[in-house]
Amino acid sequence: MSLNELWFLLIAVLFAGFFVLEGFDFGVGTVARFLGKDDIEKRVYINTIGPFWDANEVWLITAGGAMFAAFPHWYATMFSGFYIPLVFMLLALIIRGVAFEFRSKVENKKWRNMWDWGIFIGSSLPPILWGVVLANFMTGMPIDQDKEMVGGFIQFLHPFALLGGVMFLFVCIVHGLQFITLKTEGELQERARKVAKKLAPVTLILVLLFAIVGFIKTDIFTYHGNLWIILPILTWVTLLLGAILNNKKRDGWAFTMTSLTILLLSASIFIGMFPRVMISSINEAYSLTVYNAASGAYTLKVMSIASLVLLPFVLGYQIWSYYIFRKRVTKKDVTY
Amino acid sequence: MDPLWLARLQFASTTIFHYFFVPMSIGLALIIAIMQTMYVVKDDEKYKRMTKFWGTLFLINFAVGVVTGILQEFQFGMNWSTYSRFVGDVFGPSLAIEGLLAFFMESTFIGLWVFGWDRLSKRVHLLSVWLVSIGTILSAFWILSANSFMQSPVGYEVVDGRAQMANFWEIIANPQLWVQFPHVLTSAFATGAFLIAGVSAWKISKKQDVDMFKRSFKISIIVAAISSLFILVTGHNQAQNLVETQPMKLAAAEALWEHSEDPAPFTVIAGINSDEKTNDWSLDIPYVLSLLSYNKFSGSLQGLNELQDQYVEKYGPGDYIPHVPTIFWSFRAMVVSGTLMLMVAIYGWYAARKDNLEKHPRFLKLMVWAIALPFIGNTVGWIVTELGRQPWVVFGVMKTEDAVSPSVTANEVLFSLVTFNLLYAILGAVMVYLFVKHIKKDSTKKKETPMTTDPFSKEGTEIVSQ
Ligand code: HDD
Ligand code: HEM
Ligand code: HEM
Repeated sequence: MSLNELWFLLIAVLFAGFFVLEGFDFGVGTVARFLGKDDIEKRVYINTIGPFWDANEVWLITAGGAMFAAFPHWYATMFSGFYIPLVFMLLALIIRGVAFEFRSKVENKKWRNMWDWGIFIGSSLPPILWGVVLANFMTGMPIDQDKEMVGGFIQFLHPFALLGGVMFLFVCIVHGLQFITLKTEGELQERARKVAKKLAPVTLILVLLFAIVGFIKTDIFTYHGNLWIILPILTWVTLLLGAILNNKKRDGWAFTMTSLTILLLSASIFIGMFPRVMISSINEAYSLTVYNAASGAYTLKVMSIASLVLLPFVLGYQIWSYYIFRKRVTKKDVTY
Repeated sequence: MDPLWLARLQFASTTIFHYFFVPMSIGLALIIAIMQTMYVVKDDEKYKRMTKFWGTLFLINFAVGVVTGILQEFQFGMNWSTYSRFVGDVFGPSLAIEGLLAFFMESTFIGLWVFGWDRLSKRVHLLSVWLVSIGTILSAFWILSANSFMQSPVGYEVVDGRAQMANFWEIIANPQLWVQFPHVLTSAFATGAFLIAGVSAWKISKKQDVDMFKRSFKISIIVAAISSLFILVTGHNQAQNLVETQPMKLAAAEALWEHSEDPAPFTVIAGINSDEKTNDWSLDIPYVLSLLSYNKFSGSLQGLNELQDQYVEKYGPGDYIPHVPTIFWSFRAMVVSGTLMLMVAIYGWYAARKDNLEKHPRFLKLMVWAIALPFIGNTVGWIVTELGRQPWVVFGVMKTEDAVSPSVTANEVLFSLVTFNLLYAILGAVMVYLFVKHIKKDSTKKKETPMTTDPFSKEGTEIVSQ
């Protein structure tokens, strides 16, 4: 494997990690204000992700930094091309981040209600936008010979992209509900389980639809051969298994399944793009690839060494942190 | 409107906003870690209360630092895509390593710290606050390694129209970085220290929990005094470094149009006439600029006009003189704030040692106002640094006007500029409100009655406007 390929893999892993991890806290943030009947219940739901959401977001920040370093053209084309969607995503992430912190600082209904809306909007908008971006990754975007994306942002909002947005939101919500069943107990847990049960059919249909339309409209699922179609199928199957296990109250396994759903979904898209990192819809020759978008060999080498040294520590203490906070969150714990 | 101009305005405003909170976080994290260490060593509950009181302010502040930082990370690609393509090889690794090494550490251990009071042993919990502090310092280091490359590019070669990294160690060993990092770090420590000292002074003057706040004052004023001293020393090093790396910036900071005399006098204030490229009048102190630049009573400096001619010869036609009045006055504001900080901090240390702070009500009031000094210093310092580098985005290599994203339209940037700044204005106001609310709460009184503080009621607005 060349370093260019290794770095594609690493960035794909960072994005997939971001989608899986931040995926559940987007989900929890989206449902918390509706699921919690009173202030304390809402706080319990929010606290299930309290110690984690910031570190989860760093997966995105690091993915961005790694793109910048390893594939500057990918970083530049994508971020300037998706300018307006990214502005909305940043606004959402900003509101969400401070809302978690600010909400408990004043004991007042209006105040808390306001920040609860902030958490809701800030948690539900990003998955929609990421779904839109992923769908556009699949269909390709108008990239010209200077590696610049041309045309306004309305073009990103074609029906398939919107389907991608809604689909990804629902997947995150189910994933988040599954996380709640894992981290709470009693009535709070049952409530999340019930909602997850209700949303499962819709989500299954959305993912199926997305896979079918994606298969018809794009070459992503079969770019490397027809065998790879197994990935979107497994995506759907794990989601189904997650729903079944949820009904059987096997929460750990159900959460594992929804995690796999997001992982496989990301894998099917990134693998289908490879070796391209951004597909040009104007001319296949203008597509950015892991070769023409990459940094020099020296930079890739330095970066490889740096991440090989650092990544084990990062993974180590993140896992340790999940271990420390393995206990379920109850109403008694709500001091923060 | 010009998309370049809008993009610059957006970059400047969002970065200055980010940098309003970041130094406070860096400073507070360090001092809180010191306080918690005292708690663990002395096993005195008072230090725990202290840690928690300042910890709340730290967390509010940290949240704003984090969310505004995410925007920073994306902004290069969004608004400066040509720049990103050009320098990604050299600039990107710093940001990536910052994420891997610093941000993961900060964000994970801050979670452990906040939610771990009862779940971690005392020592492991203490370790996590220290790791947060170290994380903030590491982020400063890595982002500055990227910034130093822009000020003084090293360790690269231009291949196929892109800057490629040639030597990673040269980038880490960049002399610019090693004068910039100590200056930024000590000013960040001072920022946190002045906040704690100022708030403590206010609490002492209101006779609330005097014992605890006197101890807080003592710890923070020591940090403030030591770091203020180092700010001046390291700032002096920065200026000397500029003589060699960016004489144009230094000449602008001194409003030095023509070649100076030898020995060079220091211009205290001047009436700058940018159109005529001269000063209408000035107040000079002989010898001092030579002393500052070379540590001796002789030596002269190049002026703006001759540097302009040199640069035209070297880089081709263009205007290479940055906006002199802004840089000149910003530099003066920075030096004045640093001098005042040192004076205030030394006096405060002295008063705290004598343990008669209450007898200095006027000084306590002054301390509250002194909170603003480091913020002024930080902001104007970056204005000197960044505006003084113009028209370059990477000094001598790439101009700012060539760095902007060609595919992003003026309307798009206008939209983001307005929305980001609106949101930031709201965040700033909420933060001030929460800070003031937390500070005003008298924790020695019995539990406050809940559900009374309505931020929209009259009481709430009064708190903000006070
Ligand atoms: C508390 C804030 C503060 C204070 C009191 C000072 N500074 Fe400063 N200064 C900064 C905060 C700062 C900063 C915001 O941190 C900068 C911006 C970039 C940098 O490296 O540090 C800076 C930049 C900066 C630069 C530009 C460096 C460059 O462009 O490469 C110089 C020459 C100085 N400083 C010199 C001084 C001197 C001589 C001071 C006092 C006598 C002083 N600073 C006080
Ligand atoms: C945190 C403190 C900082 C502040 C307050 C600050 C502020 C500014 C200002 C005022 C400008 C000039 C804008 C203009 O010319 O209109 C600027 C330019 C720029 N700075 Fe900084 N800066 C900071 C740190 C950094 C760092 C750490 C980096 C890089 C890692 C950076 C990258 C840039 C870039 C790319 C520009 C070019 C855009 C432009 O010139 O407008 N800045 N910054
Ligand atoms: C323009 C360049 C900058 C970029 C791209 C940037 C990027 C970021 C990002 C992405 C975060 C959020 C990290 C998280 O989620 O935990 C952040 C926070 C932070 N940044 Fe920046 N930053 C910039 C300027 C600076 C400067 C100049 C410094 C210090 C000298 C700095 C120091 C920090 C620190 C200490 C934090 C932790 C949060 C806090 O303390 O408030 N940053 N920054």
